[in-house]
Amino acid sequence: MIYLNLFLSYLKIGFFGFGGGYAMISLIYNEVVVQNGWLTAAELADVAAISQMTPGPIAINCATYVGYTVTGNVWGSLLATVAVCLPSLTLMMLATKFYFRLRDNRQFKGAMSGMQPMMIGLILSSALMLFGESTFIDWKSWVIFAGCFVASVRKVNPILLIILSAVAGIVLY
Amino acid sequence: MNTSLWTIFSSFLKIGAFTFGGGYAMIPLIEAEMIEKRGWLTREEFWNQLTIAQSIPGPIALNTAVFVGYKTRGVKGAFAALLGVVIPSFVIILLIATVFTEFKDNPTVTAAFKGMRPAVVALIAAPLISMAKGMNWWKIALALGAAAVIWLLGVSPIWFIFAGAVVGICYSFRPELGTEGRKEGER
Repeated sequence: MIYLNLFLSYLKIGFFGFGGGYAMISLIYNEVVVQNGWLTAAELADVAAISQMTPGPIAINCATYVGYTVTGNVWGSLLATVAVCLPSLTLMMLATKFYFRLRDNRQFKGAMSGMQPMMIGLILSSALMLFGESTFIDWKSWVIFAGCFVASVRKVNPILLIILSAVAGIVLY
Repeated sequence: MNTSLWTIFSSFLKIGAFTFGGGYAMIPLIEAEMIEKRGWLTREEFWNQLTIAQSIPGPIALNTAVFVGYKTRGVKGAFAALLGVVIPSFVIILLIATVFTEFKDNPTVTAAFKGMRPAVVALIAAPLISMAKGMNWWKIALALGAAAVIWLLGVSPIWFIFAGAVVGICYSFRPELGTEGRKEGER
């Protein structure tokens, strides 16, 4: 049963994962934290942090990680990872095959432009969901947040920021 | 096309292992390896189809791998490219997941994660500033409303993706919009 749930959840994440990694965190949070309780908000933030420092998309990293922690074995990991890849594989092959028809299709373009403001909303909700008592424990958290926010707006490398904030955590706590 | 599946697989394995920080980071690697060095596809083909890879659901890195693999060697090529790009992150995260359960209560590790959590929130929130700059007020209001409902009520974001797509499709059926669009295109 847990394997079926894992498969279906990650299939959904793959199928509705529009707009890149940060928008997908909102979807992942809803499936993994709200609906199934596989991870806490703080644990998902940890997976996101690990994901910044390791290669590969967050959706894959999260599938591999949650698949392992929920079932306790490699097969759970593999199943969730396959599930999250399936929609990409099939939809992208179809889209490549019918590229010219898709490119000139007004309904397709309409759907894309209609989803665009929603993506901003999804990214914002991703940030809000990971923001809470478990991730912002005291004033030091706010200092790290403010510093990283300003640095990130000024295009400082995100991997560097994550490493610096880890060092700051070790020094401060 | 006689590109071997092994070449496709190993090229994407390299890209999968060295692409830090999201799908866009792999673009220069693909340009160097697959367009300039091997000539699997033209630069124009790549950039045109990249917009589709961004519109289709799923991680952009996966979608890009699938389309380059498919263009080069069909369905088998798509599988080879997908496997190549996924295996490095799968192996690394699996290692971390197995080791992490043992180090989770280590005080240094706990402290490091306490520092990284607010940083992750900042990294997600920061791009919103530049995204919101080019938008009109009702789009911003819509985005704020969607975020509030998803966050506070725990409603699945899937409903908002659906709603946006449906509204966009309905809008595209307006006949006057089509002619306007064409006139603009001719100008």
